[in-house]
Amino acid sequence: MTEQMTGAQALVRALEHVGVDTVFGIPGGAILPAYDPLYDSAKVRHVLVRHEQGAGHAAQGYAQATGKVGVCMATSGPGATNLVTPIADAYMDSVPIVAITGQVASGSIGTDAFQEADISGITMPITKHNFLVTDPADIARTIAEAFHIASTGRPGPVLVDISKDALVATTEFQWPPVMQLPGYRPVTRPHSKQIREAAKLIVEARRPVLYVGGGVHKAGAAPELREFAEMTGIPVVTTLMARGTFPDSHRQHLGMPGMHGSVPAVGALQRSDLIIGLGVRFDDRVTGELSTFAPHARIVHADIDPAEISKNRHADVPIVGDCKEVIAELIAAVRKEERTGDYAEWWTQLDAYRETYPLGYETFEDGSLAPQYVMERLGALVGPDAIYTAGVGQHQMWAAQFIGYENPGTFINSGGAGTMGFSVPAAMGAKMGRPDAVVWAIDGDGCFQMTNQELATCTIEGVPIKVAVINNGNLGMVRQWQTLFYNERYSNTNLQTVRRIPDFVKLAEAYGCVGLRCERPEDVDEVIGKAMEINDVPVVIDFVVHQDAMVWPMVAAGTSNDDIRFARDMAPVWDGEDQV
Amino acid sequence: MSRHTLSVLVENKPGVLARVAALFSRRGFNIDSLAVGPTEHEDISRMTIVVNVEELPLEQVTKQLNKLVNVLKIVELDPAQAVQRELTLIKVRADAETRSSVLELVNLFRARCVDVAPDAVTIEVTGTPDKLQAFVRLLEPFGVKELVQSGMVAIGRGARSITDRSLRALDRTA
Repeated sequence: MTEQMTGAQALVRALEHVGVDTVFGIPGGAILPAYDPLYDSAKVRHVLVRHEQGAGHAAQGYAQATGKVGVCMATSGPGATNLVTPIADAYMDSVPIVAITGQVASGSIGTDAFQEADISGITMPITKHNFLVTDPADIARTIAEAFHIASTGRPGPVLVDISKDALVATTEFQWPPVMQLPGYRPVTRPHSKQIREAAKLIVEARRPVLYVGGGVHKAGAAPELREFAEMTGIPVVTTLMARGTFPDSHRQHLGMPGMHGSVPAVGALQRSDLIIGLGVRFDDRVTGELSTFAPHARIVHADIDPAEISKNRHADVPIVGDCKEVIAELIAAVRKEERTGDYAEWWTQLDAYRETYPLGYETFEDGSLAPQYVMERLGALVGPDAIYTAGVGQHQMWAAQFIGYENPGTFINSGGAGTMGFSVPAAMGAKMGRPDAVVWAIDGDGCFQMTNQELATCTIEGVPIKVAVINNGNLGMVRQWQTLFYNERYSNTNLQTVRRIPDFVKLAEAYGCVGLRCERPEDVDEVIGKAMEINDVPVVIDFVVHQDAMVWPMVAAGTSNDDIRFARDMAPVWDGEDQV
Repeated sequence: MSRHTLSVLVENKPGVLARVAALFSRRGFNIDSLAVGPTEHEDISRMTIVVNVEELPLEQVTKQLNKLVNVLKIVELDPAQAVQRELTLIKVRADAETRSSVLELVNLFRARCVDVAPDAVTIEVTGTPDKLQAFVRLLEPFGVKELVQSGMVAIGRGARSITDRSLRALDRTA
């Protein structure tokens, strides 16, 4: 099919053809031609956000809640540069988004024209790939390529920058276009020899651990993971990006590893003789000081990105492939071994860790609210079918630890980049992608003040998210480090939000949301219940919590996982240390 | 540390050199030498990159380069199985008194004199980095006024071509 149309029409048509139903964005000069045909599209709903960063995070939330590619759109210059943070965030967490930006007319590129920014140059190191399109004939093909690259292999952000003249000029539209990506061939099928080798190590190991990361859910491999774990009886730890991929309630689940991981999870990795890393990247927040990470473990490392394997920790058995295929083949290969590993002694040790060092927290005698308690009650009352998003900091860690996840993809947060302000727009995107799901944005008072303008978008577009602001009046995680490592010198971390500047209840009301406040433990259930009854507008709950609550356990940055503390100055006593 | 020569076939598109160069700098790898030019196929350019790294970082370099969408193929050339050449242009002080000595060196190194002025000659020489270094060292006493050197280019010995397969990949998408 060939049709004459403008580049802008070709863009919108291409977006319709690749199945886009929602675009988050803000128009401006250079992208304006695209907004004209977008106005007429019956298939693509454009959501007018209040800041481009919100558009980017909303696209991420949409992508992570639906598994589809999220789309954001902005104009040239500052519109495009405001997308940089979410693009970097999506790059770190392998979230498939396509960012479409307007660019000044091709003849003006390089002249420092009004609202010109070299966004393809700027985003080169933070995109999986990007394009600068100046020929209208290339628009449809580039969109097809962008969506293909973003969603296949290791997912990631792709930016398509289109010059204004290309949008305005007339071209022939043809669909489907022929993609021209001769250098792009992601490997999804694992090597059978490596699979056999891994299976052999698995049945021979005495202290194995399944170290599960974001790649498992991205591959849709949660069912395979469960089958594999149950068949082998190997304990499971799930990283921040994998919370929910394996049910928290499952007997074999030891919790989250890493800087704020559970003692059993961190201890299991350290004492393991075989780590089976699935869709993970041995990130510093998991390994702690790399040279002392899991010193006795052999490593099976499966990931779809070959560059992740042996990047941080040498893999004894490298497996390049999509986790769904990898785990399915591991199941078959272990079955073929016709023997099973004996992990009984290992489980005795791990069960002792669990019993001695469960997750816990401090309550305050003055009757003020412990943030962890809020999380526990949210998890209990709202339940595991909801989607939770979080920003970055203490509230994020508490949300990871205490809510309790049973389903893959139900905890959406900013992991690798650690982007404050992620939660509210991501929740908006998630809710738009999954309107039937209940979506809670867990946020800190610091994060919330970075992106809460999107509450206006939520109210106006009819996106009734619920926001739990964990308000301790401080940049809490930074304050925690100041407490522990800077002699309690609280340099520039006190936001004084507890003085009600701003008053989050009034702020919520100003945005057309319902604003609620909770300051005492005995009111938590009631306020959550109230929020759950409101389904027509967004709800914001200001949970005023004690400023001294800290995230434990903790492995201090740059130190060994062996030096984990489960409370201030409280180190676990590892049994059987001499045996390994 | 050891020197490795990578032949990188890339799509002949704008911005590809920037992507490769940016990747090296952001991943903390150093480039010793870089040469870029066309190949026998108009859609493919070839970069010859010399890096000075250990074995493991080299593997990272290669894997990260492979992730660039515009990179078609990477081959590490074994110096024993490859022809490696650099080109240097050197302007050397040479008057009537010293010119013949300079020209003698030019002949010995199978270099060429490409320009002569009353008090200087310009010499073109190709060869391996070792040969070029030796040549420049011998010219230094005469007074090297200016020197410009290309990156190294290299090609494997024997009948096999590293571009064949990439060409087929290109044809499939054309």
